[in-house]
Amino acid sequence: MNEAATETRTVTMEREFPYPPEKLWRALTQPHLIEEWLMKNDFQPVVGHNFNLRGDWGGVLDCEVLAVEPNKTLSYTWNFKHDDAAYNLASVVTFTLTPTRSGTHLRMEQSGFRPDQKQAYGGAHAGWQKFLANLEQVVARAD
Amino acid sequence: MPNAQDVLFKTLADPTRRALFERLCREGEKTVGDLTARAGISQPAVSKHLGVLKQAGLVRDRHEGRQTHYSAQLGALAPLIDWTSQMAGFWQTRFDHLEDLLKRMDQ
Repeated sequence: MNEAATETRTVTMEREFPYPPEKLWRALTQPHLIEEWLMKNDFQPVVGHNFNLRGDWGGVLDCEVLAVEPNKTLSYTWNFKHDDAAYNLASVVTFTLTPTRSGTHLRMEQSGFRPDQKQAYGGAHAGWQKFLANLEQVVARAD
Repeated sequence: MPNAQDVLFKTLADPTRRALFERLCREGEKTVGDLTARAGISQPAVSKHLGVLKQAGLVRDRHEGRQTHYSAQLGALAPLIDWTSQMAGFWQTRFDHLEDLLKRMDQ
């Protein structure tokens, strides 16, 4: 494995909600509420608890609770095993809640890695690297 | 889907086809006529390329009167794109759902 293939990448999403942290915390930690906005699950807010998130598409994520600090921080692993290595993902999702004057600022950070598909095409498709980088920008803007 | 990447690479390997697709990405929906005006090839040739892009799921067509409008389907690129871009889109949608849920929890 070379350096590029094991490089850690991060996705962050931030949003402010006009509700107190306690309310967001319930949505993040009560299974029936988690199911309504994220996925079906057997979550428990207990460090070390292993659970699954089950997507509508049939995919199952393997998760383990890493940190629970009520109304402040929630962290769990977010791993996806797939026969095709290009779809494998080992990552950690961390939610951080910060009270603001009008509600709560929620920050989601997902850090992890998976064998980079682009890497597999490396030498033979060197010319594609730039093209793909451009496409990523296009897609990012399209959001 | 081991072949998804192969199909996308093959489809986009043709420079003319790639140029058409990139233009749809940059400028949004276009008619065959719009695309032909600047492609430097005949309208049937443009239509043929669009057909191949459509088969690969990279463009979608929409009929309106006598015109056919084409638009880029960025989702089709998912197998080629870094997981971070895919997850960013995923979380965006989930946060929208979370917002809806929080509103409902009020009532």
